[in-house]
Formats: sequence, structure tokens, C-alpha cells
Amino acid sequence: MNKLGRIFAAVLFVALLSVPFWLRGSYRVSEIRVDSSAALERYGFFLSEVAGESGVEFKHTSPRLDQKLDHIMPIIASMGAGASVVDFDRDGWNDLYFTNSGEGSKNALYRNNGDGTFTDVAAELGIADLNSRENGVSMGAVWGDFDNDGFEDLLVYKWGRTELFKNNGGKSFTRVEDTGFPAWANINTAIWLDFDRDGVLDLFLGGYFHEDLDLWNLPNTLMMPESFEYARNGGRKYLLRGLGNGKFEDVTTAAGIDTNRWALAAGSADFDGNGFPDIFIANDYAVSELFLNQDGKRFVAAGESSGVGFSPKSGMNASFGDVLNDGRLSIYVSNISEEGILLQGNNLWVPRTNSSEGLKYDNQALNFGVERGGWSWAAQFGDLNNDGNQDLFLTNGYISADKAANYWYDYSKVTVGHNTIIGDAANWPSMEGRSLAGFQQKRVWLNDGAGRFNDAALAVGVSETFDGRAVAFADLWNRGVLDVIVANQNGPALIYKNNPAPGKNWIAFELEGSLSNRSAIGASVTLFWDGKRQRQEMTGGIGFCSQNQRRLHFGLGTSGSVEKAEIVWPSGKKTIIESPGVGQIHKIKEQ
Amino acid sequence: MSTTVSAINPASFGGDAVPMKMWGIDSRFIAPILITLILLVGQLSFGILESYPQTLTAIGVCILAEIILSYAVVGKFPHLASAYISGISAGILIRSPEFWPFALCAAVAICSKYVLRLEGRHLWNPTNFAVSFMLFAAPFSVASLSIQWGNNIYAMMVIWLLGSIIVYRLKRFHITATYVAAFVAFAFFRSVWTGDSFLAEVAPITGPMYQLFIFFMITDPKTTIRHSKAAQIIVVLAIAGVEAILRLMENVHAPYYALFLVGPIANLIDIYWLSKKKTGSELATTA
Repeated sequence: MNKLGRIFAAVLFVALLSVPFWLRGSYRVSEIRVDSSAALERYGFFLSEVAGESGVEFKHTSPRLDQKLDHIMPIIASMGAGASVVDFDRDGWNDLYFTNSGEGSKNALYRNNGDGTFTDVAAELGIADLNSRENGVSMGAVWGDFDNDGFEDLLVYKWGRTELFKNNGGKSFTRVEDTGFPAWANINTAIWLDFDRDGVLDLFLGGYFHEDLDLWNLPNTLMMPESFEYARNGGRKYLLRGLGNGKFEDVTTAAGIDTNRWALAAGSADFDGNGFPDIFIANDYAVSELFLNQDGKRFVAAGESSGVGFSPKSGMNASFGDVLNDGRLSIYVSNISEEGILLQGNNLWVPRTNSSEGLKYDNQALNFGVERGGWSWAAQFGDLNNDGNQDLFLTNGYISADKAANYWYDYSKVTVGHNTIIGDAANWPSMEGRSLAGFQQKRVWLNDGAGRFNDAALAVGVSETFDGRAVAFADLWNRGVLDVIVANQNGPALIYKNNPAPGKNWIAFELEGSLSNRSAIGASVTLFWDGKRQRQEMTGGIGFCSQNQRRLHFGLGTSGSVEKAEIVWPSGKKTIIESPGVGQIHKIKEQ
Repeated sequence: MSTTVSAINPASFGGDAVPMKMWGIDSRFIAPILITLILLVGQLSFGILESYPQTLTAIGVCILAEIILSYAVVGKFPHLASAYISGISAGILIRSPEFWPFALCAAVAICSKYVLRLEGRHLWNPTNFAVSFMLFAAPFSVASLSIQWGNNIYAMMVIWLLGSIIVYRLKRFHITATYVAAFVAFAFFRSVWTGDSFLAEVAPITGPMYQLFIFFMITDPKTTIRHSKAAQIIVVLAIAGVEAILRLMENVHAPYYALFLVGPIANLIDIYWLSKKKTGSELATTA
């Protein structure tokens, strides 16, 4: 043996062993806390949580399902805190709708009084009392004008009977009967879209648990996913073509959307540029799916070929953002990251430029710095500091219970098991009050415009550790900034009022379709300014159980002018607005 | 998980010799072929790898480190089957969204072989040492393989069948069989102790991580003791026992840490025992 060689090997060995200890610090979640004036100077804004003082005192509760599931009830009854933004009475102020899930619990519609306060009017308008053992409980809600009367109607999707309410001029709601919806299904995601571009809104509903399951009356405990990463025994999907009169036609099979994965989030946008809205689905226990709309009649599965659907994870969110200001939409999917146990990492699917092989995406979450968000749920893109770049707000946390005991060992034990083991809830060890990925720090990732996001959650005032589920963005006080609404499982709804630093400009667009659906869902606005180009989509639900404001908000940084705004309507028509004025909301009707 | 043929023939000390040829193939290539098969079945069926480039990084670093260290320490070009297995194992067993953990794990594995040795033998299974180290020191970026083979039981059966045949031919089947039996028995005891279902306790062994563990790690000729078949069985029972204790302590990485703890102790005793036997035999010859 060569003595020098052995010394070399020993030195190398010690050096290698030291590497993780050197790197450890760079992985810590940002713990920078600063006062508001420092936050304004450094980050260009800070957030103040004002739900209580604004009159929003909503608290979510979970359902109590079949007692056969009692031992793991927190895992099963772990969703349902949804948040959606709507101006239901068309008074120019964004209102808020929160879903609840406990049997007998009430959903809430907070009317924006325009003076910084909100009043819950759900009960008087007939859209509060929707959660019961007999009819199921709410998982989320999305608003869309299905009858093109100018007022946004309400769809509440449920584990149970999904319901549609017609908005009567902002004064009352009427439950729509004989809609053509499934009589019973365990829906966890729903979006409005106009997939056939006929000017009437359609619906996509994504099932989570199999539709045959009544979660309050289970025949046995064989209701869990058959695999942690390859499960296909979830709920079916429904593509429902709107007929405009409150009735919908199930065209799922004809459209080619045949999947029984466990859907948690869906979003729609025209990813391949053929003018028809496509559908992206983030699935739990499986790969994500991308269905490309061919001609308004047929969809083709393109998850694997595009790159977004090969590596299976635990998809819980799907949101879209133009992260590089180049007119291309990236897709953000949230997953699970737990140190040393399960490091799936979130996905930021960035489309390739000039791909000769068609639509291709690469996961750039690590490079962009938005990969680790704990047990992540909803995330939304939006320019929080009006600097011209889309930031990302992520909420997280699964089950916060006993701080001193966690369920990770038992969870990791059973989830690697064969389908006969994992698929039977009886095999899952009892939770016994333990936490699972609880008490997690949220992320407010600020986009530096050069392909990097930096977390500033604590610094800008987001320090709570509730079990977050939904996130929505809206300008609640009509000030030209995005405020943040968060719905928490078994926790209070939060409203983060945005306090921006002066000196940044903005512009916003409210669209109304005429040939297209009146909500203009599926329209896109591309803004050109200062050598940049940012595209935003009008969506009918985005994120996880969330819906942003209809208004499309663009931060402009210090730029005082805009070159042009290019609007592409769902009908295919284009509107170009030259030099639109900044610092104002432009209300554009399709001509 | 290096699987090179032992320099010392275990048969001379009561153990079984590893055959030099199997089905006409140099037995040093059998394990690489099997582990490649596992990788391909797993990846093509279910996509178990984090990514091809990351696994290739681990393999590449292992081979490069083996060549450099072999030249530096031994002064000759090494047989690369062992490094290939270490690389492919590291590439499968650790999960990280980044590249550096794969490179570091691979380098630590190979380096440990050349540094942590006694009487010409390395004390830890290289991959076990490296994976345990990464899980302990770098949890912020590393987790272990914790997925299943999906719903297709046939892929799993093929691996179990082929793996069993190969370890049988390599005279290591008793190690694998003992471990599996012990795991199931301890699962039963844990189930009684914790009140959790027996199937939940036995669930981990149905996953691909354990297939690599039982066919490659605990049967590695370089790091299993050479004293006798009975002694090997005792050691593997000890590994399963320590793992059961760690599991009762809710340690997620129980099998890796159990082998990490028991393996070197067993090897030290083995080396001491063999050295005493050798000395006794030399004394007897001299006398």
C-alpha cells in the first residue's frame, strides 16, 4: 500500500465528510425579520393581517366522516378550506367567498363595504348552509357567468352533491336544479372554461376519492390510494359542456379525458397556442396530466410527451405565471418536502423556447429557488411589490396537532407498502393526535426578474403557521396593489393587506366578453412595456381550491408608460390598446 | 454494496466460497447485471429514479473515484464492477432534487473503502456507509428511496425471483432468507407491541429499497463476515433485531442505520477471530 496514497485518501475522505456541514446554512428558511419601514425599503412592500379588524371572522372546520376512519380522520378530512374572489354585485369592489366543511358549518360570502370592512351576507342570499352529511360538504367554489347575464354565478364543489347557484342581479341566489352534474362525486377541483369557444362557459370537475364512495357510509375501509405514487383508483373527471341555461352535457369520454387519478388542482390556459384552452391537472399520488385541446372537441394527453407527467409526486396546486416576462406561461405544481424523509420538491415547469419537438417543459424550480415549501398547498403568482415581476405566495402545512409528536414514521412506513396494504385504511396506524408536517412557515418568494426568487415571508409580515390550503390575490381596497387572502384548514381565514412603497406604477384590466363568454374566462392580456412582455390569463379558478380576482393586475416598476396591451379573447378576436394609461383600471369590452 | 469476489476464500474459514463463474459469466458481473435489471424495471415501469442524469452522476463519480484511489493507494487499475454497483445503488437509494448529493454520496462510498479498513478489509459496506452518512448529515437535501413498485406485483416478483436465484448461486441465499424471515417475525412483534396492523409493519419490505438492501447490501461478500454460515446468520439476525428496535423508536432510516451499527462490529470480531485462528494455525505449523 502506498503510504502517500493512503494519506491522500484520508484527507479526501475527511474533506468529503465536511461538505454537508458547510452547505447546511444555505438551506435554512429565511428567518430575516425587519420592521415595516425596512421591509418597504428592502422589498417594496409589507403585509398586514387585517381579517379581524375588517370584519372577516371566518373559521374553517373539518367534517367527521365514517367512524371506520376515526384513527386517521385528520388525514382524510384534510381539505375544504377554499377561497374565491368575486364582485358578485358588480359594485366595483372585490368580495370574498370562503367554503367550510364541517357538517352544519356555514360558507361565507363577505361583501366588500368599500370602506375597509366586510359583511357576511351568505346566509341572507342563500349560499351559506351547504354542508351536511346528506348532501356532502364543500371543498371549494368558483365563480363564472354561466348564463351570460353579467352577474357571476356560483359553483360549490363538494364531496357529495356539487351545486350551482344562479346570481340574481347580485341580490339573491337560486339553486339550479337538473344541472346534469353527477348526483354524487368527491370533487376536489373545479374550473370554469370555454373549451369549445362557443361563448358559453363549460366546467371541468376533478374527482379525488372514487365517486362510488359516500365517505359517511363506507362499506369497508378499502378507499385509500392503491399507491403513493402510481394510484389510478381515484375519482373520475367530468368535462361538462355548458348549454347556457344551467344545464350541462357530460362530454368527458368523447373529449378523451379518461383518467381516474386523484385530482387536487386543475387549471386551464392555451399552452400550445392553438387558440383552444388546454387543461392541466395536478394529481395527488401520481404524475401531473396535461390535456391539449385539439379543436374544441377532442383533447390529447400530453403529460408525458411534454415532460410534466413522468415523475410522480403529490401534486396539490396548479398555477400559471409568466416568471421571465417573456410572454410564456410556466406552471407551478406544489408537492411535499420534508427534510430527510420525503423531498419531492415543488415543480416549476418552464416551457422550452424554440423546441422543435413541440410543447416541452423543464422543471426549473431548483434553479429559480421555489422548490422547497414544506407540505405545500396553494400558490399564486402576482406582482406583490409592483416591480414588474410576478412573485409567488405559497401556503403550506398539513396537520398541526401535538407539537411534540409526529406521524412521519408511520406515514412513511405504510405508504411504501403494496396496494393491498396502502389501499386499506385499516392498515394505516392511528394518528393519536400527532402532527404531520404541521406548523410550517409560509413562503413569499420575490422574483428578482433575473430567474431567481428569494423568500421574504417573515420579513414582509407573514409569520403565521396555520395549516394553509387556499390562496387568492385581489385588490380589495382598489388601491392598485394585490392583497392576499388565505384559507386555513381548521383555522381562520386571513387577509393580508398590502402596504406598498411609493414610486411603483401599475395598470389593471377588467374584461367583458360579448362573442366570448361574458366572464372572459380564457382571455389573455399581454402587456408590453420597458422592453418587457408579460402575459396573464383570465382563469375560472386557479391554484388549490382558489380563485383570484377577475381583474388582471400588472406592476410596472418605475416605468411611467406602457407601449401596448394585446388582448386575445376566447373567441379568437384580438384587441390591441396602444399606450394605455398607467395607474388605472381599464374596463374593456370585447368588440 | 461492493460485490467483488473476496480476496480471502471464505471456505477456508468455514464460510462458503463465492463461485468464480456463474452460467459461464464471471460472477463479478452477475450483481451488476441484476442491479441494472432492477434499475431498468423500476425506471421503465414506474420512473423510480430521481432522474437519469443524477444516477449517471453517482455512477460516474464512483468509477472515477475508484480509479483515482486505486491508483493512489494500491497502484493498479481496479476492477470496476464494485464501483458500478455502488454508483447505481447510491443513484437509486438516495433522493434529492439536486446533483451534489449523488456525487458526494458516491465519493464518500468509494473513499470509505480505502480509508475505513483493517487487515485489508473494509469495515462498512461502502454504500451503506455513504447513504447513512448522507441521511444523517444532509437531511436538508437528501431523503431515502421511499416509494413502492406501484401496483404491478409482477415486476416485484421478477426481481425477487431473479435476486433469489442469484444470491443462491452466490451462496448468500441464507443471509437474504434469514433477514426476510427475521423482518417478518419482528414485524409481528412490533405489531403486537404498537397495536398497529401486521400488514403496516411488514409493508416496508415490499418496497424496492428493501430489494436492494437484501440482495446487495447485507449479502456483500466484502463486508459479510467470513467465519461461518452460522455466524453470518447470527449477524443478519442482529441487524434485523437492531432495525426492529430502531423502528420501535420510529426511526425512518432504520435498516441503513442497523447495518451501519452492526456491520463493523461484526467485521471487527470476525477479523479478530480469523487473525487468532490464523496465528494459531501458524504456531501449530511452526511447532
